[in-house]
Amino acid sequence: MRAVPRGRWTAGHLASRRAWRQLGKALADVAPDAAWDLNALAELDHVGALVLWRHWGRQWPQRVSISDAERRALIGRVAAAPEQAPERRRASAAQALDSLGAHIVAVLGQMRDFTALTGQLLLDLLQLLARPARGPWRDFSGHLYNIGAQALAITALVGFLIGVVLAYLMSSVLRQFGAETFIVNILGLTLIRELGPLLAAVLIAGRSGSTITAQIGVMRVTEELDAMRVLGIPLGFRLVLPRALALAIVMPLIAVWTTVAALIGGILAANITLGIGTGYFLEALPRVVPVANLMLAVGKSAVFGVFIALIGCHFGLRVQPNTESLGQGTTASVVTSITAVILLDALFAVVFKSVGL
Amino acid sequence: MAQAAREQEAAIEVRGLWSIFPKPGGGEVVVHKDLDLTVRRGELLTLVGGSGSGKTVLLRNMLGLDTPARGSIQVLGRPVAALSGPGAAARVGMLFQQGALFSAFSVLENIAFPLREMGGLPAALQREAALLKLQMVGLAPDDADKMPSELSGGMVKRVALARALIMDPPLLMLDEPTAGLDPGSADAFVGLLQTLHRQLGLTVVMVTHDLETLFAVATRVAVLAEQRIVIVAPVPEVLAFEHPFVQQFFLGPRGRRAMELTGVQAPAGPAPKQGQ
Repeated sequence: MRAVPRGRWTAGHLASRRAWRQLGKALADVAPDAAWDLNALAELDHVGALVLWRHWGRQWPQRVSISDAERRALIGRVAAAPEQAPERRRASAAQALDSLGAHIVAVLGQMRDFTALTGQLLLDLLQLLARPARGPWRDFSGHLYNIGAQALAITALVGFLIGVVLAYLMSSVLRQFGAETFIVNILGLTLIRELGPLLAAVLIAGRSGSTITAQIGVMRVTEELDAMRVLGIPLGFRLVLPRALALAIVMPLIAVWTTVAALIGGILAANITLGIGTGYFLEALPRVVPVANLMLAVGKSAVFGVFIALIGCHFGLRVQPNTESLGQGTTASVVTSITAVILLDALFAVVFKSVGL
Repeated sequence: MAQAAREQEAAIEVRGLWSIFPKPGGGEVVVHKDLDLTVRRGELLTLVGGSGSGKTVLLRNMLGLDTPARGSIQVLGRPVAALSGPGAAARVGMLFQQGALFSAFSVLENIAFPLREMGGLPAALQREAALLKLQMVGLAPDDADKMPSELSGGMVKRVALARALIMDPPLLMLDEPTAGLDPGSADAFVGLLQTLHRQLGLTVVMVTHDLETLFAVATRVAVLAEQRIVIVAPVPEVLAFEHPFVQQFFLGPRGRRAMELTGVQAPAGPAPKQGQ
């Protein structure tokens, strides 16, 4: 009995599922003591040779005919290769416990780093106040533009639509009670005090928090952060401070902008569904919504901004020099900053529950 | 006889290639102007040229990563556009300057990646094929489960070479294979390249600035200057070629030192004048 393989035994050819199945069938039909004739093969490469070698049970068959010296050398190389890589280490229960502990320690470490980052920001701020002329103002104005000016369109659109939707929903309920004019109270209070700042902060956290993390993370990957440290340029003062400052100023402005867009949407919808005129709405608004609400909104927006910047920088600085870590860092940054914004908002709601209501 | 005929066959044919890039602030830069180049099967062609002369651009054109403004490129008898797509790893291998290993994968996963993407082969076979290539580039099986960030520069290049060769492509392209390696690793890597070139009958196109590597391995040298290939010839003929760039590049102090080390004879005649 003779076994005469034909055709192309190459990785590119064998790797298709169909070719592999056909080969498996053909090899199964070959008798174990067959004489092998490899001279009819059109092509043979390392993967093809490996298939043969494995079929032969990792030893030369009793009778084999190879006239081509290169081909024989090829199979020889495959024969000389190590069979298996060392076993991968399996995770045991003790290791699982270890990794849990390591996880907890890592979370505590993150909190410590974040605290240090916040403290450093305060120190940098004092330094800036002492010598304002030496501040990173060019970076600052660039961030103002990128984080603020470029977000105007998206925040206005989202705000406007939320205002319209909210007014429509309210109007159907209010009409049942004959309390149409209360739409001014409801829209004014929710949009100015809560939804405007919150929407703006969530949008900016998603948009700019991720940018900050990615920017700083790529600087880690390309060793720019190390270069800055070697050149004696303080990372906090040059990277964190301008971003935190820019967000502290931009965030309240964007919050007010979003609120205005939402109110315009609300006024429009109220006008259409309830017939409440724009003039009445604008005249009633200052009466029913105390100005303290606006102050509160602006104040908490500034805090949101600083936290978004700090969280973005924190995760950016923790990025390891590989692609996976960069992706994880950016995701963690966005999720954490949105969560932080909502938690802070709840905190503000509790602390300031007697203000402006 | 068939062997000789095959060697005369062209592995890569570049005809009338123009590369034009927009200049920042308006205008255009012509990098290649009506460039012709033929790479023969089985040879180890080294591409040299000054900084910014477009060596890497030419290499990327030959890989089909960039499309030239004008001109045709045939690789292994087919237009270069047919090179990419599924199974590209079986047609051409490329070693990038930084290795370009996938940082999220281990060494073995990196090497086996092209096989795994083809989908047909069982995992055990993929793993063993990758181990074989790992051994062929001179790494130990213990390195298989390391991550790219744990590797030294020389090891990164070796793993990248193993990945480029996993499907035994007939054609291998290298961009500065010895850049960033210490002399010992560079020598070892050059030795490895020669061995693989001989064992596997590869056609190799290599971009390099490293004269020692060039003198040690190149069967022919292509010199890129004045937006075209000014000469393609074996090292001695290139050294005797009268051209300012060639004279400056090969017969400067570094070139002479590299010649002494590798035993290449400098052509007779007066040394080139300084300040060309």
